[in-house]
Amino acid sequence: MSGHTSTYKPTSRWGKWFDERLPIARMMHGQFVDFPTPRNLNYLWTFGGILTFILGAQIITGVVLAMHYQPSAAGAFDSIEQIRRDVNYGWMIRNFHAVGASMFFFAVYIHIFRGLYYGSYKAPREVLWILGVIIMLLMMATAFMGYSLPWGQMSFWGVTVITNLFSALDTIINGLGTAIVEWLWGGYSVSGTTLNRFFSLHYLLPFVLTGVVGLHLWALHTAGQNNPTGLDLKEPSDSVPMHPYATSKDAVGLFAFLILFAWFVFFVPDYLGHADNYIEANPLVTPPHIVPEWYFLPFYAILRSFTSTFLWIIPLGQYAKLCGVVAMFSAVLIIAFVPWLDTSRVRSAKYRPIFKWFFWFFVFTCVALGYLGSRPAEGVYVMWAQIFTVCYFLFFLVAMPIIGLIETPKKLPRSITESVLGGSTAMPNGVAASPEKR
Amino acid sequence: MKKHFSPALAGIVAALVLVPGLAIAEESGHHEIPRQPWSFSGFTGQFDKAQLQRGFQVYKEVCSNCHSLKRIAFRNLVQPGGPEFPEAAVKALAAEWPNKITDGPNDEGKMFERPARLSDPILGPYKNDEEARAAQNGALPPDLSLMARARDVERESPWYIHPFLMLGDILKGYQEGGADYIYAVMTGFEDPPAGFHMVEGKYYNTAFPGHQISMPPPLSDGAVPYQDGTPQKLDNYAHDVAAFLSWAADPSLDQRKRIGWQVILYLIVTTILLYIGKKRIWSAIKH
Repeated sequence: MSGHTSTYKPTSRWGKWFDERLPIARMMHGQFVDFPTPRNLNYLWTFGGILTFILGAQIITGVVLAMHYQPSAAGAFDSIEQIRRDVNYGWMIRNFHAVGASMFFFAVYIHIFRGLYYGSYKAPREVLWILGVIIMLLMMATAFMGYSLPWGQMSFWGVTVITNLFSALDTIINGLGTAIVEWLWGGYSVSGTTLNRFFSLHYLLPFVLTGVVGLHLWALHTAGQNNPTGLDLKEPSDSVPMHPYATSKDAVGLFAFLILFAWFVFFVPDYLGHADNYIEANPLVTPPHIVPEWYFLPFYAILRSFTSTFLWIIPLGQYAKLCGVVAMFSAVLIIAFVPWLDTSRVRSAKYRPIFKWFFWFFVFTCVALGYLGSRPAEGVYVMWAQIFTVCYFLFFLVAMPIIGLIETPKKLPRSITESVLGGSTAMPNGVAASPEKR
Repeated sequence: MKKHFSPALAGIVAALVLVPGLAIAEESGHHEIPRQPWSFSGFTGQFDKAQLQRGFQVYKEVCSNCHSLKRIAFRNLVQPGGPEFPEAAVKALAAEWPNKITDGPNDEGKMFERPARLSDPILGPYKNDEEARAAQNGALPPDLSLMARARDVERESPWYIHPFLMLGDILKGYQEGGADYIYAVMTGFEDPPAGFHMVEGKYYNTAFPGHQISMPPPLSDGAVPYQDGTPQKLDNYAHDVAAFLSWAADPSLDQRKRIGWQVILYLIVTTILLYIGKKRIWSAIKH
């Protein structure tokens, strides 16, 4: 996988025999036991492991749910209720899966913000970063289709609204958008046929996702992990073996995260959902507010912010919807270009006094867009959504390229070891004063 | 690290305590559906068996004249975590339930009606929505099995307070919006304010969206004779039936919260042990 050679030594004759034929244990040992990890990783680096866990958990709970679920317009809603009421611990499996989707996004957003803050996208990790964006897109598609499966009111109308986005293409080529939408639906409206294909894809995509996660890990273990200083590993003392150092820290992070996860599963399972989704889908009744799940809200706010007049002066007219759709997809895709939009050679925002502020303002922008996406699209909310949409894109298109050119970074430590040990010999309180053992 | 944490933590706690209070004070003019004290509210709450039994009585004697409860089977009334009626009583209840089960076809190829058994759902008086609408002047009495989960109370708050209210609800384990709403509808029948245009055959209700509901006021003081000495007041009826419908919408609530505590305790202890282990491992090097 990478330049790092495994120190694996088979201990048994059988192990030696197997290693000569398929060195999988050698590879696993090299990649996940003695793989060199930076010694200064903080708890934000435990989210990769957390995400891997959630992916596995989602697949396992999902496979069990699929054993009881009926993907048809007549049976879907009832079968979910049957799972909740009559399947042994069905309520728990279902809560784990539904809350798990939210936890997946919560963890992935932290993971992405961590990457943005510490410059984990910069050379030589561009491919790693782009694979991450692909993973996020696959997650979004999977989550969207998964949310349609309970076939409640919000499921049905969410599918209707989002698939209808493609009809915006009608303003470019008349009939093209409608043709695409009808192709997606498998009919002239959202129906059981649509539900059926969404179920099929919802079952397929997580395995595609798993494959891309494999590539993501491969790219990670080729370039090596970034770290809070953003410096490369230069000397042996910069790193510690993955096991037991990183693994013990990952375990703490994972279990702490699971407390949050379990809190939602057992005490507030409906908090992240919508009451409307406990009403069976009804094509004749539109809910008063159609709102996507919280993790789509920032993108939903961007979509809706494009009204016929954008920011008082820009007339969009009939192209408003198309602009909204293009902006929403661009908002995700633009993240893939970050490695080239950022002109600074310093990776970590720790040493970038100006970028740091813009980063936190960007976090605020995303949260603000999320809030605005949950509000009705009227009055002052639309104006603020427009302003923050502009802020969102300005961060990538203006702030990132310009700050790198004008900013004087702080002095970087010579190495990770120096940043950890410091220049002085004084030991801070509570730190074991034992020398490096490796 | 630790020095930074404690003021921040104190700030969060103070904000959690103060800000919702301020928010409520600020909005006293606004009509909002108030939260009720429920035995099953919060992360420790459990259903009160006696209340569920009274609530079922209200459903049986009042609501079931129009509304079905099709996702609840008679056997559920016996199961732990619910009203826990004795099995024999529920068997008799099922056999006497006025809305019969359509079964069949029989040997002659005909559908027939038979009394309900423990395994059968609790049906309402109408065979289908069309029959219900025809009987109810065009209005459809909805099935009540999921009512307590299919309704929620939207809280209006300024944006800078919203996150604190959200965090507060998550920490408190607040999930009872549906029950609060049902209580508010049951007790929300009033004369319309002056100048309010009422559609013929509708009733004014403070909690119902749009304030015009097709259901006539279903409950009033003394409407249902309680056996256990609970005062026969509208307020009690409304609380009891809302609690019962909360159970109907979430029959595993008691078990869910009980297991939840075990899981959370296990996770906290394991996290602490893992943290101690991690500290010991990392104590070998400076970091």
